[in-house]
Amino acid sequence: MSQLNKQSTIVTALISIFLGIVVGAIAMQLAGYNAITAYQALFQGSLFQAFDLGETIRTTTPLILAGLSVAIAFRTGLFNIGVEGQMIIAQLSALIVGIKLNLPPGLHAIVAVLVGGIAGALWAFLPGFLKAVRGVHEVIICIMMNFIALYLSNVLIRNWLTESGADSTPKISPNASLRVDFLSEMFDHSRIHLGIVIALLMAFVMYYLLWRTKLGYELRAVGYNPYAAEYAGMNVKRNIIVSMLISGFFAGLAGAGEVLGTHGYIAIQSAFTGIGFDGIAVALLGANTPIGVIFSALLFGVLTYGSQNMEHMAQVPPELIRVVVAAIIFFVAANISGKLLDVVKTKRRAKES
Amino acid sequence: MKKRAWLSLLLSSVLVLAVGCSGQKGAEGGGDKAAGFKLGLVTDTGGLNDQSFNQISWEGAKRAQKELGVDIQPLESKRDDDYIPNLTKFAREKRDIIWATGFKFEKVIPEVAEQFPNVHFGIVDSNLGGKIPKNVVAVTFKEHEGSFLAGVAAALTTKTNKIGFIGGISSPLIKKFESGFRAGVKAANPKAQVTVAYAESFNDVTKGRSLAKNMYNSGIDVIYHAAGGVGKGLFDEVKTRDKGKYWAIGVDMDQSGLAPDHTLTSMVKRVDTAIFNITKDLKEKKLETGKEVQLGFKENALDLAKSQHLKPDVMKKIEEYKQKIINGEIKVPKTEAELASFK
Repeated sequence: MSQLNKQSTIVTALISIFLGIVVGAIAMQLAGYNAITAYQALFQGSLFQAFDLGETIRTTTPLILAGLSVAIAFRTGLFNIGVEGQMIIAQLSALIVGIKLNLPPGLHAIVAVLVGGIAGALWAFLPGFLKAVRGVHEVIICIMMNFIALYLSNVLIRNWLTESGADSTPKISPNASLRVDFLSEMFDHSRIHLGIVIALLMAFVMYYLLWRTKLGYELRAVGYNPYAAEYAGMNVKRNIIVSMLISGFFAGLAGAGEVLGTHGYIAIQSAFTGIGFDGIAVALLGANTPIGVIFSALLFGVLTYGSQNMEHMAQVPPELIRVVVAAIIFFVAANISGKLLDVVKTKRRAKES
Repeated sequence: MKKRAWLSLLLSSVLVLAVGCSGQKGAEGGGDKAAGFKLGLVTDTGGLNDQSFNQISWEGAKRAQKELGVDIQPLESKRDDDYIPNLTKFAREKRDIIWATGFKFEKVIPEVAEQFPNVHFGIVDSNLGGKIPKNVVAVTFKEHEGSFLAGVAAALTTKTNKIGFIGGISSPLIKKFESGFRAGVKAANPKAQVTVAYAESFNDVTKGRSLAKNMYNSGIDVIYHAAGGVGKGLFDEVKTRDKGKYWAIGVDMDQSGLAPDHTLTSMVKRVDTAIFNITKDLKEKKLETGKEVQLGFKENALDLAKSQHLKPDVMKKIEEYKQKIINGEIKVPKTEAELASFK
């Protein structure tokens, strides 16, 4: 039974992606662009050269972690829409460690990454705590915490971390950087960094935790049915808080990777980057499984990074790629492929009988 | 069960095929178009149609295409993450000059320039903190001087002696606008008060509108903005108010099209001229890169836009101040500290 489920989720995802790409192609044709050249440019621009491949992986890295973050909360029946805010706070904390501390190379990066993760976890603790103790819906708190994070970060950057009110902070110490020479060389000086290793490691951690430990069993049980879990003697409140902490930790690692690997500094942001929100879509498409998240994050990475090249080579506005993304999500959420499979199944049955 | 497995296999193979084929064909089409001088322009997150900075930069590129036969291409950045890949994309195509419009590129230009020492880069609105790589030309404007004239125009037009300034993200660059503007007001009408507000954004139109609304409601009748796309909100707001009583002053390009009856004038920054001239000099090999080019009134790179709403006597005053700035009689303050000691 479980195998059947697994297979049908993969099929669902593939059918949805396929339909999404078709819908995107129709939209492009209707808008007067050549869909084939557009998709050519998309894939060619994201995968074919070492530099682009590196940048695609760089784009994918935070998406994996954001996806894992959303997925683990989903498994416990929580909707962590606050990944964005947790990432921002983690970014800020990792940056502060990266600028203000003076540690030997390697150790500095490890400390900064951990501080980032912990900061993200703490930022997620509050919504989890309020949900567990007071029954406040985590979505509301998370959304508000996103804005607090965004503006808090802007104020601190402006008034504390920059000189003379510049709009971006100084760069982190090279000791804290997640970029390593051999990776950069291998990918033609793109900004790929060790965050991808962390992301893949965390995917394994999530798998091990959820399916190989008692804690993971409890988390999933709370997600299936909190009342049953409580009746079985599990501490639901504690599990909700733990789930949010882990979720925030993953989000925090995503943020830390962005600042320590990709940028090396933070600029004042007037709006969210959207990575945290994309994480929701990644988790949905990946059916909340670690391996699914990795692949769907890769797809999103290719679409996001490749869309820039689509504009460059085929003059197709990158916004159209968001149509593809939205369509994919729509087909997954509406479970269109399930309906299709049902039709196939009934036909087959009709034939057999 | 079996059929389902078949279906998934089929679908995935279709996908793989689609990806594979498209890739091969694409590789053929990616060749060079022309062998002439090539220009690339990377916008910041404002996009090409921001009716401000990026747009006017693109105008300069288009002029270079028309008059010099330069091959031009733009790339819009959607996120800050896109700056490096976009610059790299052009650099790999070996474009002769790659323009980065805006000070947001300050941190990434040195990185990319180091990696492609044989490609020329141009950055507008930043001098990279004085450390300009050999293959980069940094273009800055004396915005404080242009804003000074906008301040004079505002000070001589206001009836309530209350004037507003809306800034984008507070940064040394926008402070330059603010300081110059306040100095201009102070010089022409010491009684007038300037209220300053920052939107902390360059594209939040709603924020711009609500800031403008508050200012006008508090009795302010002239507002100058240096806030990119945020400024659209200012014009949206002023349009709804009495003609001849409430004014907005535009920035970067002549913005009177946004509210013809309410735009007093605009502080025009001829980014297009700058981009055109420097591209031309580079094409004719007359330009030495690796340094900062500062542009002001003398180079015709700054001016107040012509406007029917500026009365002749105001125009005369503005012209006087302009001459004084060119002569060096007035030294316009660039920072708040300099403004404090400005008389």
